[in-house]
Amino acid sequence: MTTATATAAIEVRGVTKAFGDLQVLRGVDLDVQPGSIVALLGSNGAGKTTLVRILSTLLRADGGTAVVDGFDVAKAANHVRRSISLTGQFAAVDEVLTGRENLVLVARLRHLKNPGAIADDMLARFSLTEAGSRPAATYSGGMRRRLDIAMSLVGDPPIIFLDEPTTGLDPQARIDVWQTVKGLAEGGTTVLLTTQYLDEAEQLADRIAILHEGTIIRSGTLAELKKLLPAAKVTYVEKQPTLEEVFLALVGGTTSTPEGKEPR
Amino acid sequence: MTTHALTDTRVLTGRSLKHILRSPDTIITTAVTPIALMLLFVYVLGGAIDTGSNESYINYMLPGILLITIASGIAYTAYRLFLDMQGGIFERFKSMPIARSSVLWAHVLTSLVSNMISVAIVIGVALLMGFRTSASIGAWLAVAGILILFTLALTWLAVIAGLSAKTVDGASAFSYPLIFLPFISSAFVPTATMPGPVAWFAEHQPVTSIVNTIRALFAQEPAGTDIWIALAWCVGILAVAYLAAASIYRSKVS
Repeated sequence: MTTATATAAIEVRGVTKAFGDLQVLRGVDLDVQPGSIVALLGSNGAGKTTLVRILSTLLRADGGTAVVDGFDVAKAANHVRRSISLTGQFAAVDEVLTGRENLVLVARLRHLKNPGAIADDMLARFSLTEAGSRPAATYSGGMRRRLDIAMSLVGDPPIIFLDEPTTGLDPQARIDVWQTVKGLAEGGTTVLLTTQYLDEAEQLADRIAILHEGTIIRSGTLAELKKLLPAAKVTYVEKQPTLEEVFLALVGGTTSTPEGKEPR
Repeated sequence: MTTHALTDTRVLTGRSLKHILRSPDTIITTAVTPIALMLLFVYVLGGAIDTGSNESYINYMLPGILLITIASGIAYTAYRLFLDMQGGIFERFKSMPIARSSVLWAHVLTSLVSNMISVAIVIGVALLMGFRTSASIGAWLAVAGILILFTLALTWLAVIAGLSAKTVDGASAFSYPLIFLPFISSAFVPTATMPGPVAWFAEHQPVTSIVNTIRALFAQEPAGTDIWIALAWCVGILAVAYLAAASIYRSKVS
């Protein structure tokens, strides 16, 4: 598969983790190059969240090593925390505080100068300026997720972990998140995201790693993964619009799905 | 990292103080029950209670009421800590380069502030109901010091409950026995009137020595050995609860 280089943003070697008798990770190897988007694909219970929690210093691995931005997660957790940001499965926003106060809080905890200006900038970037003075409890699911991601981006950490960033979002909010993630990678941020949606991995990721029963069974670009199956046969299939396309057309969504979905 | 501990604690304390200021009902509900008890005991039961002293009954029972106020107030600390852990915000803090201990200390300091506000409200109502004291500034400071120590001790117990609870109800239920403890003490009636085993328990549990100390300070009388027993209880509970909470927190972090 991939060969490790000295510049890998994330380098995972033989990581294992068990909860009691349940062996969740059985020796995970993974490399993520700087500035790339890697999707960790797997069904529920495959161990995606466990791996992300280990990489973001929330959980200690039983064995193996994980190096993030050049720092070992077990030995130099504080250095790792300076380089990363985690957006977990559940929006980690303070519901009592306003959107702006949430951003100021994170900026101050990251010891940045001008937390107010950083917060205003983030609100504008995520189309939350108007909602900025309202308590986060009043936000819709999509707004909350945008605020959540905005909070993760305060201080421009070079590596971002997104754990199922679009689970529970409506189609429009999902596309908003996708655009944000693509924008991040264009700006040079390394993104490791977990997802159980195949189309999300297809849309976003430079490389896809399939986590199954505690190990990465395959990883590569979409094209590489497709080569694992027999060559495509040419068949004629009527091109029906997907329900998502219909929904977005009816509600006047800003964009159709990025890139069409012709049969391949 | 550790040089940021104070800044981080200040920032996070500011955050949880905003929670209190925006839902002052937690402070009000904390004060309502002790005030209701105070009305009940002074205007309904108090006339029939012989405390054996010539103090007014409200002067006699206020110290116990203040401890009940704190015991019910710390339930909200466990509740707020539990909610933080349930939501993702706790994980966000843990994955950030902030001092580990500041997350807990912020809750502890917030608990201290909110409980002192509740205590001040209850004392205000007691003054309206006829509570009088000749206590000097020094005695008031000593009362404040003991109440702060008692709040810190119970708050760290609340931290244990908040960190280890499985449900919201579990997070606050631990405070019920603490609220009940003053009733089996010298807070409302002299322990000498109780049957043997109950009196023995009442005389050897922390609330009695704390109540006696505060009562003596308010009356400008010597507190005797009670003050040392009270301080020993508070410091002892504080130390044990702090160590237990810190070890539970570490096991959650790794």
